[in-house]
Amino acid sequence: MALYLPIAEMSVNIFVVLGMGAAVGFLSGMFGVGGGFLITPLLIFYNIPPAVAVATGANQVVASSVSGVLSHLKRGTVDIKLGSVLLVGGIAGSTVGVWIFSILRTLGQLDLIVSVLYVVFLGIVGGLMMQESVRAMLRQRAGATVSLRRPGAHMWIHKLPFKMRFKASKLYVSVIPVLALGVMIGGLSAVMGVGGGFIMVPAMIYLLKVPTNVVIGTSLFQIIFVSAYTTVVQATTNHSVDVILALLLMMGSVVGAQYGAKAGQRLRGEQLRALLAALVLLVALRLGYALFVVPDEIYSISRNFVL
Amino acid sequence: MRAAGAILLALLLLAGMPVRAQEDATPATPPETAPAPMAAAVQTERIEIGLSTDSIAITSDFSGAELTIFGAVDNVDPMIQRQGRYDIFVILEGPTNDLVTRRKGRVLGIWMNVDSQAYLDVPESFLIASTRPSQDIASSETLERLSLGVKNIRLRPYVQGTETVDDIATFTEELRRLKAQKNLYEEFPSGVHFISQSLFRATLQLPANVPLGRHTARAYLFRQGTLVAQTQSTLNIRKAGVEFQIYTAAQTQSLLYGMAAVALAFVIGWLGRVLFRKD
Repeated sequence: MALYLPIAEMSVNIFVVLGMGAAVGFLSGMFGVGGGFLITPLLIFYNIPPAVAVATGANQVVASSVSGVLSHLKRGTVDIKLGSVLLVGGIAGSTVGVWIFSILRTLGQLDLIVSVLYVVFLGIVGGLMMQESVRAMLRQRAGATVSLRRPGAHMWIHKLPFKMRFKASKLYVSVIPVLALGVMIGGLSAVMGVGGGFIMVPAMIYLLKVPTNVVIGTSLFQIIFVSAYTTVVQATTNHSVDVILALLLMMGSVVGAQYGAKAGQRLRGEQLRALLAALVLLVALRLGYALFVVPDEIYSISRNFVL
Repeated sequence: MRAAGAILLALLLLAGMPVRAQEDATPATPPETAPAPMAAAVQTERIEIGLSTDSIAITSDFSGAELTIFGAVDNVDPMIQRQGRYDIFVILEGPTNDLVTRRKGRVLGIWMNVDSQAYLDVPESFLIASTRPSQDIASSETLERLSLGVKNIRLRPYVQGTETVDDIATFTEELRRLKAQKNLYEEFPSGVHFISQSLFRATLQLPANVPLGRHTARAYLFRQGTLVAQTQSTLNIRKAGVEFQIYTAAQTQSLLYGMAAVALAFVIGWLGRVLFRKD
């Protein structure tokens, strides 16, 4: 069944898009991530213009994060104060990101930069996760207990000024790295159409030493608002949010997430992380491969440029 | 002779419109006028086209359609008509826009856009139908002067800027080719038929991605290889339905549109939670 997307200006198969949303929702429910980093590349593979894929991806992330954060709020695993500081940085980062996005688009380099950023970030995060989870699995096989957080280990980050106390996270840390992390995630959210959870979660665990139980809830909390802000700014500056496409993706992903969460409970943590890492690396490889293949069409026409 | 003069004046007035439209693009082109009539046989043909509507609304599932334009030729010389020496071009030209053609190249093994060339006032679409293949109707100079044919569409590269490539001609031809590939520039060499001595019908294929906005329909009448009359009228192509309203909202009410998109995401996220509650 074909459906016309008003902003992407193309017809898509309604079941393919719903299926895409459901598949990503399943994975995001299973792994506890927003799924933006999978949605945007999938849409690009399906020939949706990258500008629309990025902006619409941000919109979809809002829905899946709202869905996710509600259960975390109920369990009390959200550090609202930490999330708010991250959010302040995120808004600033997103503003700059959307501005860069517009410039890249008029220069004709948006598609390239989006792909390169995906390859780099997915490659790094996937590689690190894979290494960590394989190590954990080996250690567990050897009989040792596994802990992601080593509270005793202090780094240069903890020597910075302007310290702030975050009670829910049992953390006393400088606001500088927290704000910086927020800015970075906000920028990525705008340029890549992701919530940034796949970078936020490891950064909070490894850099800020936030306890794992509040990491996902807090990350989701701030992602909701940064993605919502990104969606509005993309809509006003680039007019590239396709609400019909977003609606289909949201419906698919919200349903998929429920089954994914159930499936996730049956798998062990390290296995889950290894699987997610494999998936992330696969998407990175596929996007990276496309950069080097001779394109079908060397020439292209565009209306986005400046004289 | 006075009567003939009046008719000729009327014809000039009629012909004035398309000429002015052309002058916007190429001020140098002199107006094409009908040749002075012979003293004995007053033969000033006129051509008219009738569009049944001045606007077409296309729905979201539009996958292309045939557009038929009917027209009439007045004061036909029956002799020349019998010999099949009257020829007609009917053109539907879309709105114009400034465009850029970009070329990818290999940089460190990666394919990226490296060169670009901008063009001013490029017709987004150009569909042309004729009674016969154009080279059989008039000389190539005439065809070129009147922009009759896809290869004669005037594409004006923007060269004042600093960003100009060495091989502009290649970019121009690639722009033409890409447009033709999407069926936006297309010729229908047997798209015009006389259905009686003076009535004709032109059939053009509107592509699925036909640009929205003000299109210009033009008709040219040739007698034995010479342009004798021309006319034009406009046709608005717009989108109909909910999708179009969404598109318009995204363009004109972008802040509200963005906030509505976010609100929708909140509602769906919350609904998903409520419908599938497990804790």
